[in-house]
Amino acid sequence: MLTATVFLPLAGALVIALFLSRPKAIRWFAAGVAIVDFILSIVVFAGYERQAGGLQWVERVTGWVPSLKVEYFLGVDGLSATLVLLTGMLGLAAVFSSWSIQERVKEYFAWLLVLQTAVMGVFTALDFVLFFLFWELELVPMYFLIAIWGTGRKEYSAIKFLVFTITGSAFMLVALLVVFFSTGTFNMADLAGLTGQGLDASQLLLPARLVWAFFFIAFAVKLPLWPLHTWLPDAHTDAPTAVSVMLAGVLLKMGGYGLIRINASMFPQVTQDASLLLAVLGIVNILYGAMVVFRQQDMKRLIAYSSISHMGLVALGLSSLRGVGEQVSPVGLTGAALQMFTHGTITGLLFVMVGLVYERTHTRYIPDLGGLASKMPFIATVFVAGALASLGLPSTSGFVAELTTLIGTFPVWGVLTALGAIGIVLTAGYLLWLLQRSLFGPLPERWHHHPLTDATAVEKVAPALLTVAIFAVGLFPAVLTDTLRVGVEAIVQARFT
Amino acid sequence: MTLHDLFLLWPATALVGTGLLLIGLDLLLREKRALPAVVLAGLAISLAGAITLWGVVEREGPQVGIFGTLRMDAFSLFFAYLFITATALVVLASEPVVRRLQRWQGEYYALVLFASSGMMLLASATELITLYIALELTALPLAALSAFGTDRRSREAGVKFLILSAFSSAVLLYGMVLVYAFTGTTHLDAIGRTVFQTPLDWSIPLGSWALLGGVVLIAAGFGFKISSVPFQMWVSDVYEGAPTPITAYLSVASKAAGFAALLRVFSTAFGLGALQEQWSLLFAGLSAASMTVGNLVAMAQNNIKRLLAYSTIAHAGYILVGVAAVSARAPDQATIGPAGVLFYLAGYTLTNLAAFFGVIAITAQIGGENIEDFAGLGRRSPLLALAITLSLVSLLGIPPTIGFWAKLYIFGSAVRTGLAWLAVVGVINSVLSAYYYLRIVRAMFFLPPKEDAPLRASPSVGTALAFSAGGVVFFGVLPFFLLRLAEIAARIAGSA
Repeated sequence: MLTATVFLPLAGALVIALFLSRPKAIRWFAAGVAIVDFILSIVVFAGYERQAGGLQWVERVTGWVPSLKVEYFLGVDGLSATLVLLTGMLGLAAVFSSWSIQERVKEYFAWLLVLQTAVMGVFTALDFVLFFLFWELELVPMYFLIAIWGTGRKEYSAIKFLVFTITGSAFMLVALLVVFFSTGTFNMADLAGLTGQGLDASQLLLPARLVWAFFFIAFAVKLPLWPLHTWLPDAHTDAPTAVSVMLAGVLLKMGGYGLIRINASMFPQVTQDASLLLAVLGIVNILYGAMVVFRQQDMKRLIAYSSISHMGLVALGLSSLRGVGEQVSPVGLTGAALQMFTHGTITGLLFVMVGLVYERTHTRYIPDLGGLASKMPFIATVFVAGALASLGLPSTSGFVAELTTLIGTFPVWGVLTALGAIGIVLTAGYLLWLLQRSLFGPLPERWHHHPLTDATAVEKVAPALLTVAIFAVGLFPAVLTDTLRVGVEAIVQARFT
Repeated sequence: MTLHDLFLLWPATALVGTGLLLIGLDLLLREKRALPAVVLAGLAISLAGAITLWGVVEREGPQVGIFGTLRMDAFSLFFAYLFITATALVVLASEPVVRRLQRWQGEYYALVLFASSGMMLLASATELITLYIALELTALPLAALSAFGTDRRSREAGVKFLILSAFSSAVLLYGMVLVYAFTGTTHLDAIGRTVFQTPLDWSIPLGSWALLGGVVLIAAGFGFKISSVPFQMWVSDVYEGAPTPITAYLSVASKAAGFAALLRVFSTAFGLGALQEQWSLLFAGLSAASMTVGNLVAMAQNNIKRLLAYSTIAHAGYILVGVAAVSARAPDQATIGPAGVLFYLAGYTLTNLAAFFGVIAITAQIGGENIEDFAGLGRRSPLLALAITLSLVSLLGIPPTIGFWAKLYIFGSAVRTGLAWLAVVGVINSVLSAYYYLRIVRAMFFLPPKEDAPLRASPSVGTALAFSAGGVVFFGVLPFFLLRLAEIAARIAGSA
């Protein structure tokens, strides 16, 4: 089942590359693949038995590379099942927001589907080498997608993205080799304590803090944490819409997932020792990101920086693992995981909307815009909904995630959490300002005779899907949190008590 | 000479015999198209010999022959397979170059076969004199082949290669003399026993110092063959000047042969005893220097052959990581370093051949060898561009290619033997190398083509390219077969 979920997009990409040539056929075929994969991801998520907990949908073939004890080992727990669902959903949204791609259509959709396989693989792989393999595989499609179909300084941004990530993965490679030769296993479930004892830090050939730091660098680049974030605004700004959606929606989550699955679960002691660092970096991300947003005139860059601000909450949630006294509560970590999901849907939605506006106006420069709501009511409405969710309005998923994270972290880091809460106020400020400047107010002269149209039926698919997800989770958070909590509580119980 | 000795020489003599036959046929035949087929037939006979010997070795253990100077074991046969594969692919890819030669077509193929027979002997020699002769048998044909091109650069490459390989042979020979003086024998296993039994004594000026000097000089001699820093200065000029198939051959087979001899000598003669620590550090240093210098200089290159030349210097550095990962610090996994070297060499052979074949296919039609000449290849010939991209991705060490597993394994061996710092240097270097490999990818896919006419590789080059690039992906997805073979071969080398 997981194998199908992971490799279906890749198979689709091969079919597109080898057999299809008409752009229309390619689009609909890619959409079909994405829909089926979304359904598969729903099955994985909904079929996850919450009472049973633990690892499910496990697929394991030992002896792939026997001498290194590398296995083909896939499986999900509550945390990764949720992220698989997110990936399926955003994969679908990405395909439908790529409808207007005209140049080299065949390669574009093939790469987009390869990307989805890589991300799915990262979230489901339970063998360290397999995990790393998918992690690296993701670079190739991203590089091409940004460098060929991007805008502006696209090649610069693509290479910058690549260099940052590949440097991070270089550190990760050394760290995972150290772990392997210290423990003799690549089994992530065992090492993370999902099954078995978990990694014993005293066995390591190198100091545990150093190994932790190597992993941390790799994931901090991806999340991204200040000061390793500088690739993100460039990559986002220059990437095509769908790639921004995937980037913000799921690729950043690979960093958060790695921090939880590897740093926190395999090195609980070091993570607790470093929790002040995590909390401070989280706060810096939240506040620095939010303040930089105010200076942005490009809509995509603005949302990119808001992503940085929002991902700070993930680090903040992780820092709550320090606990109060001997008590470690899973609430903060649940909040962080929930934040990953909700940020994926919300920011994904915002990028889709920016993309739709850009296609019509051919500018993302905010001072050039204004009053668009009168010309394109659907786009404006959904844009507003997404922005409200992003600023954490109750009844949207953004509210639930932020609240849970802050509640979980407050008992541990009182003052710092309070500082982080200021970020929410700033978020409200810049998002409302953005809406006001771009969608409302008088329509500038230049757009009066411009044929600005509302979204077409195909274009409405992605926004509708993501909006439904946002409000569904906002109104019935239990849909998600019940499963997430199973995963997070297992980690906390196994490794932090 | 007994029948058994001849049997052991089967793979090598098949090649020499085919070479002689080719020179004769060249005189008789008017139509030269049959020549490559004869070469491939000779290689097939040699392969049959290697497979038969593998069966014998599996049943009865390593076979020693010709007065104890040759040893056929899984290690030698692993390299025999590797050389046969590389030679076959290079012969296929030589077709456009040979077609342009007016004369000496038979000699071209014959020289290739002579060189490959030398490499096979080199991988199986267990005695210093035999090893030296095998080395010369490898180097002289390659020098002649480097000069086979029609322009001045090629002649310069031939002379340069000849002079520097003579120089390095002299250094090697002098090292061998010192070792002989210390131990009184030229047989590797006897040297190993003497070195092991004699306690090191650093107080007298000759004695252990002389032995160490011999070891360093031998290492330096091999350093030329494997093109490691600081013995790399011949590489870029020779690689640029030689005909491209020969460059490809030099970069994989000749380098692999150098590593075969290096591993054999160092694991058999100096593999036990206290010296291991010293030479392990020496190779670790050479490795770090090779990777770094190779990658940094490659960044500045614009000629694709020079770029790949520096890239092979960097790869010599990655492979040396496995040589430095000696058993002394990980007795439970004594062969992890050598196994890494063999596995890496196999993967690197396929990968680098694919890259050079791509260059051959393009330069055969465009005539240029600079990165700009690759512009727009993604549009002019998508399959060719894909194959080259795969090989570059593999050189970079990104899945799903064999290069990823090779790097994983060899850096793993460094971590296992307490050389984590070397692994860190290695991965940082891999990141650096992304810069220049991606420049080629960028030219192929992002730059507009100079002209729109589609490009086609000739059938034989296309076949060679398809085989090597296909192998890169095939073993990238299913590496275990190759890895298993490398581990078997390395185990026997370690215990010798």
